[in-house]
Amino acid sequence: MTIELKDVVFSYPETPDKSVLNIQSWAVSSHQRVFVHGPSGGGKSTLLNVLSGIIRPVAGELTMLSQRLDQMTNRQLDRFRANHIGYIFQQFNLIPYLNAVDNIRLANQFSKTIPQAELHANIIDLLTTFGLDETDRDRPTEKLSIGQQQRIAIARALINKPEILIADEPTSSLDKTNRDVFMSELHAMVSETKTTLLFVSHDLSLSDSFDRVDSLADINTAERAH
Amino acid sequence: MFAKLALKSLLNRKGSVFLTVIAMSVSVFALLAVDHIRSQTKDSFHSTVSGIDLIVGARTGSLNLLLYSVFRIGNPTNNIDWSTYKSVAANPKVAWAIPMSLGDSHRGYRVVGTTQDYFEHFSFGKKQTLDFDTGRPFAEVFDVVLGSEVAKKLNYTLGTNIVLAHGLGKTSFSLHDDNPFTVVGILKPSGTPVDQSLQVSLHGMEAIHNPRQPATKLMEQPLSAGQSTQVLFEPEKITAFMLGLNSRLATFNVQREINTYSREPLSAILPGVALSELWQMMSVLENTLRLISGLILVAALLGLTAMMLASVRERQREIYLLRVIGAPPIFLFLLVELEAIWVSGISILIGAAGLSLSLMIAQDFLAANYGLHIDANIFSQGTLHYALLVMGATAFAAAIPALAVYRSAKIS
Repeated sequence: MTIELKDVVFSYPETPDKSVLNIQSWAVSSHQRVFVHGPSGGGKSTLLNVLSGIIRPVAGELTMLSQRLDQMTNRQLDRFRANHIGYIFQQFNLIPYLNAVDNIRLANQFSKTIPQAELHANIIDLLTTFGLDETDRDRPTEKLSIGQQQRIAIARALINKPEILIADEPTSSLDKTNRDVFMSELHAMVSETKTTLLFVSHDLSLSDSFDRVDSLADINTAERAH
Repeated sequence: MFAKLALKSLLNRKGSVFLTVIAMSVSVFALLAVDHIRSQTKDSFHSTVSGIDLIVGARTGSLNLLLYSVFRIGNPTNNIDWSTYKSVAANPKVAWAIPMSLGDSHRGYRVVGTTQDYFEHFSFGKKQTLDFDTGRPFAEVFDVVLGSEVAKKLNYTLGTNIVLAHGLGKTSFSLHDDNPFTVVGILKPSGTPVDQSLQVSLHGMEAIHNPRQPATKLMEQPLSAGQSTQVLFEPEKITAFMLGLNSRLATFNVQREINTYSREPLSAILPGVALSELWQMMSVLENTLRLISGLILVAALLGLTAMMLASVRERQREIYLLRVIGAPPIFLFLLVELEAIWVSGISILIGAAGLSLSLMIAQDFLAANYGLHIDANIFSQGTLHYALLVMGATAFAAAIPALAVYRSAKIS
């Protein structure tokens, strides 16, 4: 299993008695593309933050790529995230004042999985794959369209060749045309790189090309209790 | 990438960063200016009195005597009889003596009546004597030797005729225009008040103050063979004189002899001791200026801290993004610190360059009006220390927003 959760509980320190996440058992296999849907405020972002090691569960076992994240130190968690997880958000995926190349280079700064000598060429390859013009590569990303920014976000998430890619409502700020382009490019890239994809969205119409569709309401018992 | 990210982040917040840089630059300017002007003034004063063992004048305070006789600041309280000078100069312990008569001026520059010993024995800096850029020392009654700045500013050359004025103001209603002087020599720059002075012979000084008849008429009188016109104008009074002794060990002895001189009340001072008294008095002002410039720096640093703290709140998404791509909290701490160091470094460069430029512009004014020779080159070990101090203080001040980022990164 690539991702495995067992009795994972999370509650915020201000409200320790009120758990936001309570997952008894949930797992994702290698190279699987899983679509998780649920309403806003259902704990989707909390689940993704726990999976990426940004926040720690207060109880339970969290295993990713056969490593126990709940037993790692903060530094180990940071390194694990940099080396093994790619992340795409709904918006603000990029540092707005850096250009596309520097944004992607920054992601490699904390991973160093790609040698410096090869890095620039890899970045250019990825950006070319996602159809970003040479002129747009050097512009601050805040000057680019939302569609271009989201494509750069995929490139940034994939530069370190992560085993797991987490996408948190990445299409919600895109129009239909850009959304379709984004989804097809994402699936193509994930298939090519054999990356495990965890895609979270409230929009079930996007779930067609996924191997599995899970409802957060079924996974998270804390939500049911509300 | 780290430095680039910090710099680009600052450039993304140009408005607030610009104002912070200006505030920091002003504080660096003030800090460096106080230190540089203080050290340059000290150096300038110390180098001006090199090699003089005693300065003698009419009974007065040591500082007043030092300031008016050497630095041409302030006025003498009284004159000394020429016979007194001759008596002291004849003391076997005295190696040389330079008499000085002050009180006249030319277009705001002070005139010093003296003897040729002035060019032979007066030394500055590391025992350097006065050198001539062009011409020679005065030989005749109405010869004048110009300091380098006087010649440069007034555009005088050898042979120029000039008229001295009674008193020290730039505008005088009492001109000695019936006795013009001729420029016979121009001195090389010395970085001392000599550059701002005109040197004439004591005889020349006496000649223009002769109440009986114009000196030029007097000089038409027949003289006996081998007699110089100078004998007609034997000085009666002088303002002060400098002494060089045969042995430093005799200094206190000679000082006591002069201070207890029975025929006239005199003051003999050791220039080094008087300078120390001056610095002691000045230290209060120095410390006040340092304190003020320090407070300006603190205010600027508080501004920097406030700006950085505000930016941290605005950049929560950016911080989160960096965390997600693997940036550890320490990276974010150092990123904020580096941004502050960038601001500080740029401010130091602007402040230092601004000070250098200001000194370049004000150099002549300070020299002409205050006798202060301040070098526009401010780069020294002291400047480096201050730069490091500002950098250190910046790093300390930036620790507040940096810790805020660090904590928020840990919590997230």
